[in-house]
Amino acid sequence: MILNLQNIYKDYQQDKLVVPVLKDVSFQVEEGEYVAIMGPSGSGKSTLMNIVGCLDRPTSGTYELAGQNVLALKDKELSAVRLNGIGFVFQNFQLMPKESALDNVSLPLSYAGVKKKERKERAFKALERVGLADRATFRPNQLSGGQKQRVAIARAIVNHPKILLADEPTGALDSKSGKQVMELFQSLNDEGVTVVMITHDINIAKHAKRIMYIIDGEISEHVREEKTE
Amino acid sequence: MFENIRLSFQGIWSHKLRSFLTMLGIIIGIAAIIAIVSTIKGTNKQIEENLIGSGSNTVKVQLYQGDWTYDFSYNSVPTGLPVISQDVLKQITDLDEVEEASLYLSRQDYDGVYYKNTSLSGGYVMGVDTNYMDTCNYIIQEGRGFTQKDFDEYHKVALLDKDSSQALFQGEDPIGKTIEIKQEPYEVIGVVTEKDTFEPVINSIDDYYTYMQDASGKIYVPDTTWSIIYQYDEPQQLVVKAASTDAMTNAGKKSADILNANISVSDDSIKYKSEDLLEQAKNIQQLSQSTNTMLIWIAGISLIVGGIGVMNIMLVSVSERTSEIGLKKAIGARKSVILGQFLTEAAVLTSMGGIIGVIVGIVLAEVISKISSTPVAISAPAAVVAVLFSMVIGIVFGMLPSYKAANLDPIEALRHE
Repeated sequence: MILNLQNIYKDYQQDKLVVPVLKDVSFQVEEGEYVAIMGPSGSGKSTLMNIVGCLDRPTSGTYELAGQNVLALKDKELSAVRLNGIGFVFQNFQLMPKESALDNVSLPLSYAGVKKKERKERAFKALERVGLADRATFRPNQLSGGQKQRVAIARAIVNHPKILLADEPTGALDSKSGKQVMELFQSLNDEGVTVVMITHDINIAKHAKRIMYIIDGEISEHVREEKTE
Repeated sequence: MFENIRLSFQGIWSHKLRSFLTMLGIIIGIAAIIAIVSTIKGTNKQIEENLIGSGSNTVKVQLYQGDWTYDFSYNSVPTGLPVISQDVLKQITDLDEVEEASLYLSRQDYDGVYYKNTSLSGGYVMGVDTNYMDTCNYIIQEGRGFTQKDFDEYHKVALLDKDSSQALFQGEDPIGKTIEIKQEPYEVIGVVTEKDTFEPVINSIDDYYTYMQDASGKIYVPDTTWSIIYQYDEPQQLVVKAASTDAMTNAGKKSADILNANISVSDDSIKYKSEDLLEQAKNIQQLSQSTNTMLIWIAGISLIVGGIGVMNIMLVSVSERTSEIGLKKAIGARKSVILGQFLTEAAVLTSMGGIIGVIVGIVLAEVISKISSTPVAISAPAAVVAVLFSMVIGIVFGMLPSYKAANLDPIEALRHE
């Protein structure tokens, strides 16, 4: 079991008012699964994503990532988990605008202390994997939206994380680019990478093997027996 | 680290004007300090050279009564004050600090030296030993110098320096002419000059009084003939050539101690004292330095103001790059990585300011020296310290913005656009 969340609560303090965002959320994800989390805006899916991504801590509950109780970890150790265990893909790509695609992809490797030569090699391989080897020297503003997102995915997988977290990965893309990104996720999943994807688009969510719905901070599950398309 | 430096340059370069304006405070501060330090150093060197003369390193050890040199023209030789013997001289020459030592007698004469009807008023008559010209770095410019025979056979021969030659002969060739010293005829055999002709740089009337005391001309005669014109058994003065400029103070003091050990005068205010030019120079230097130290403090304030400017712009830079910081933290950058990145940027910014400041300061110092004709001496250590110091300013004032960046909440930061 790669993700095991039990009785997660998250409250936000708004002035004097305590706003509950997640109410008793529990779910598990097995290694190699492809899960979509769906829900309308304000449902708490981004908050859940942040907790799964070790960017935020729940108010209460337990969370184990690959058997490790991450809520007990210190800041420094959480950084290491984010660096080596999780790959992030964001809706708006979050690329460094002044760096080439290759440098963007090699960024996490530099935090991992990988030597420069090896960094370039591994970053290049990751770019090859997403089919953008010929764009390695391009800057983000020279790339299309779909290409940018593929560079971001290359960055997410360059450290070979166990789990790929995607927050509305196709939200800023046209349908053709979106389809390419989905195909990429599928093939990564086929290679054994666990994919957890947040979306509000049912057509995108359909690519996953399992869909979870989150409404008003509460979760309900829907398992798809087989993949469409 | 190199990565951080590269990123810093990229960041600085992408906001050229902003970076330059930020650096300006540092540039002005460092430039001012470098200019002041260079000027101080130049002035100090000038004071030292003016007093000591370039590289001659000679120290006079003279007989004093209280604060004044003992004057044999009005006073007789006090009992218990012996003539300095060759043995004593050898003790002095054997000192580590002393390269050469030589004995001389001197008299300031207002009415005793004549060539025809021209008198050398206020000039000095010096009775010197065989070693004197070497010790004091004099060379024969015209004619000949003293020979051993001149000393042994009491030849009444004289050497002039440029000033006395000019004063007595006014351009006429002095060699072979006869002058009168205390009504005794002396034949001029040569003109001497200092080996390294050194003219003190005079910028003000104060400088003139400080440096030009004995520029009224000297006449040298063999010390063996001193008794003919003045008196018998007059105790000599001493001049030592120190092994180095730094050894001057000690060479003088130790020599004076040796001489004082041999005297037994009842008036204990009569003593040999070394004329410590190095200390004199230091005293004058200190005077000019204390005013300039204040200027350095004022320039230091400019550095602090510059540092605050850097802090301010770094804060702007942090908030501009909030989402970048958020992303970096999300994909695994530790706090220390973010901290390091911003501290490096601040340090690179101020170091660049420091380097530019040093260059501007050197140019400024040269311009000052051209305008006010004071010399400058660029100090390499000062330049290095200035650059390092500006780097420290960057680190100190970059601390707050960098901490702010490192502690940004990645969720907030990512949401920020």
